[in-house]
Amino acid sequence: MVSKKGYKNWHTTFSAVVARATMAKSATLGTSNLFIMRSGYFNSVDTDWYKKRFYRLLICIVVGYSILFVRLYYFQILKGEDLRRMAENNYVRLESLPPSRGLIYDSNGELLVDNRPSFNISIILEDAPNPEQVIKRLALLLNIPPAPLLKKIQGARRSQPFKPIILKSDVRRDELAVIKTRRFDLPGIIVAVEPQRHYLMESGASHLIGYLGEISQRELTSGRYPDNKSGDFIGKFGVEKTCGSYFLGKRGGRQIVADALGRTTEVLNTVEATPGKNVYLTIDRRLQKVAEDMLSKKISGAVLAMDPNNGHILAIASSPSFDQNALVEGMSHSEWKAVVANPLHPLGNKAIQGQYPPGSVYKIITAMAALEEGVVAADTEHFCQGYYKFRNRRFRCWQEAGHGNLNIREALAQSCDVFFYKVGEKLGVDRLARYAKGCGLGLRTGIRRDNEAMGLVPTMSWKLRRFGSPWQKGETRVLAIGQGFNLVTPVQMVSLISAVANGGIRYRPVIIKEIRDYDGTLLETTAPEILGRLPASKETLSIIKKGLEDAVNTRSGTGWSVRLPGGVMAGKTGTAQVIKLAEDRDTKEEDIPFRFRDHAWFIAYGPTKKPSIAVAVLVEHGGHGSTAAAPIAREVIKTYLELYPEELYPENTELGI
Amino acid sequence: MFDRRLVQHFDWVLLIITILIATVGVITLYSAVAGDPARSYLYVKQLYWLGIGATFMTAAFIVDYKLLEQWAVPIYLFSIILLIVVLFFGKVVSGSQRWLTLGPISFQPSELAKITCVIILARHFSKDITHEGMSVRDLFKPFLWVIVPFCLIAMEPDLGSALLILLVAGSIILFIKIRRGSFIFLAALGASGMPLVWSFLKGYQKQRILTFLNPDRDPMGAGYHIIQSKIAIGSGMLSGKGFLKGTQSYLSFLPEQHTDFIFSVLAEEWGFLGAVTMITLFLVLLVWGINIALRSRENFGTIVAVGIVSMIGWQVVINVGMTMGLMPVVGVPLPLISYGGSSVLTVMIGIGLLMNISMRRFMFQRFGR
Repeated sequence: MVSKKGYKNWHTTFSAVVARATMAKSATLGTSNLFIMRSGYFNSVDTDWYKKRFYRLLICIVVGYSILFVRLYYFQILKGEDLRRMAENNYVRLESLPPSRGLIYDSNGELLVDNRPSFNISIILEDAPNPEQVIKRLALLLNIPPAPLLKKIQGARRSQPFKPIILKSDVRRDELAVIKTRRFDLPGIIVAVEPQRHYLMESGASHLIGYLGEISQRELTSGRYPDNKSGDFIGKFGVEKTCGSYFLGKRGGRQIVADALGRTTEVLNTVEATPGKNVYLTIDRRLQKVAEDMLSKKISGAVLAMDPNNGHILAIASSPSFDQNALVEGMSHSEWKAVVANPLHPLGNKAIQGQYPPGSVYKIITAMAALEEGVVAADTEHFCQGYYKFRNRRFRCWQEAGHGNLNIREALAQSCDVFFYKVGEKLGVDRLARYAKGCGLGLRTGIRRDNEAMGLVPTMSWKLRRFGSPWQKGETRVLAIGQGFNLVTPVQMVSLISAVANGGIRYRPVIIKEIRDYDGTLLETTAPEILGRLPASKETLSIIKKGLEDAVNTRSGTGWSVRLPGGVMAGKTGTAQVIKLAEDRDTKEEDIPFRFRDHAWFIAYGPTKKPSIAVAVLVEHGGHGSTAAAPIAREVIKTYLELYPEELYPENTELGI
Repeated sequence: MFDRRLVQHFDWVLLIITILIATVGVITLYSAVAGDPARSYLYVKQLYWLGIGATFMTAAFIVDYKLLEQWAVPIYLFSIILLIVVLFFGKVVSGSQRWLTLGPISFQPSELAKITCVIILARHFSKDITHEGMSVRDLFKPFLWVIVPFCLIAMEPDLGSALLILLVAGSIILFIKIRRGSFIFLAALGASGMPLVWSFLKGYQKQRILTFLNPDRDPMGAGYHIIQSKIAIGSGMLSGKGFLKGTQSYLSFLPEQHTDFIFSVLAEEWGFLGAVTMITLFLVLLVWGINIALRSRENFGTIVAVGIVSMIGWQVVINVGMTMGLMPVVGVPLPLISYGGSSVLTVMIGIGLLMNISMRRFMFQRFGR
């Protein structure tokens, strides 16, 4: 080998380098007899130097891998027997600790939905030497047929032998006692406590809150529920669904040591589950109750109350309702079928999904368009003789005797059809449609709920597209009083009356007031969101408001019968025809089949001076707005002003009903 | 034009070792996914990947590797662009954005970057390698070459791949020698920079490192995995439970048993003898790779070979060490054994380059170039 000094002068003694390199090469590999030279670019190093580096690299690798070998030897040879025993007993297992689902409160912090403990009987197949026999014994103890239980364990053995399979959920305490005393006859059977959803308001606010159901295969594979596994309960409807991610919380777990029979002998480690977040709704539980109680006297309908100053929904009810607790605890097939097949659609939320012709309530929009477009002035009068004749066709006013001469304020208060026939005729369908859309009709209000309906604002081009026939002038007249093709939802109506009440601001309807952590820390608050303004000047709105006040507070007004002392309520009645009956309709309401009866509307607000609540009531096939819908709205507003007397102006305090 | 000597010098030993390792890999993978019907097709997919990998490997040894030296910068920039693209358009899988999707296949640009970093460093160092070793100033440019892909990959985040690039670069630098004073300076700098790095880590990454230091910290996650992995490996004992007889893996106690924890499956079923055999196969591969590096008579080839050897070597040590609780749980696959197309392609390309360097060693025998 060449001495170290050789490195220094390799630049000068070229041939020496070659010779040295050749020797080195032959010595180590013995494969090559050729001349060798490293071909770097500018300066370079020789093979000896490289060899030293390679030896170091080799040593590093050998040392590193030796550690792996030693570690393997330690686990597999020295500790192998212990570890194999652990493996055979499946020594360490993971047990999941489900988080408790977030709670739901009303705006005042009153609990609406919580969780109660539910005892579930499950089986771990790997721990049951003969699961079929165990299940038959269990069925005998619980006095239920074994066949459905046996079906649940089919095919599960291979895929998940350690996952508990729920055989019977929510068992009664006496059943529990029986199982516990016979434990040793039932190897592999475990009883686990799981939180179960409990709705405190029996069938209350059920459409708003929704309910839970077991996650379906389709939902599992949809990717929208990444944190859930099969068997979990998820929100299927309502706030339970839309706020689902808030309620979830974080799953905890326990590492346990189990013996050969699957009994826990030691808990190694526990990570507690983190409860989900709590949701505070904007509704007031007491107001909600009144709305529902009033509505339950009718066959079907919807009630909405809104704070006109921020869009908070104070009450939202749809009738008929359903029992959420029954849904969560599990309905029988026939019960479920009865709910689904009910022609009144108890599962549908009529407040946001129901679409109805608005009836005379729509006159607010016709009046707004007429005043804004200059079709009428505040003092323009039209004469009503009980009908409006156009080319041999008589368009009737609801008041057969006629209203005589009236201005727009009186026309609104008395809901004179003839006045609005004339005004609508001058406006034309498309101008009317522009104002309707400006008031939010034909659009979703943006209430954050699933399946909100849009309603319909007809225009000339719409009719041509839809029916292929041109618009008829007569249809505009019908439209102007809210009949015809017009369709609105109750939530659109409450938004409209709310905007009229607050001076023209259209707020997005809000149902979630705030989100708090389980320990009460405020996490999110919903800020009021302005969607737009009504297409109306202050003067126009003040005329309309006067009309609405007169409608309730003057003897000739359509809502006189539901007036509140002090004149604190203003409103508009509506009666929406379901089918076009003969123009001269003399049939009494009671003689018409239910499904052809008119829908009753009433939209209102109060107190008139400084409105703090707006209400929309729809009673499906309820008949007249003034008799079927208005009393409900009156009760809701009256209750609200009693609950929050500070909302009343001092001069209105004589409200002492 | 085609040189007959290329065929004569073809590295059959390397090919045979590769085929042996890949065979062990497919057999182990078959067993790892057999108990899970949702994944049992994966070993077939892995066979496809190996087929594609063989094509890439062939391409990697047919083209003269000196071309790589000429094209090193464009190739490097291409891989950097891919790393940027993946940050914006990559597919997000369980919280990190690592995959680029092209039609039916998706791959990880971070895997490609491992090779391109080796190439760019080899090109850089092959020009100014000296007996004295590198000074801190000499290392400034290489540092830039490495830190860019490192940061991009860490942002995905894919801490395992990012650290691997750092380790490979460090190994190359140590191999070509660094001055003692510079080494101490850099080591001190690195140690003092740790708290800064720590503050950049994501929550789960901190968790993993803390879990490694203290497995009881996270009994439900990584800590549990390590315990189950240790039980699986240990219960294999001397000769193992036999093919498809591993209960730990079959009962789905092992997490990621077809990717990160596949070694546990192998060690459980084939025991100490099987595990040692597999690690020895890798050891033979590495020693053979060093032999190739040594026999290559020009600097670029030598350094590329050393880089690839350290890339494969580190992955084996980290992955196997992780399953036995020697390393924190970072997602580094076991080369040719873990399921995963990108990893298979990268390793096969690397082996192809080793073959390339091995069979072209005769080209630099004469004086001059």
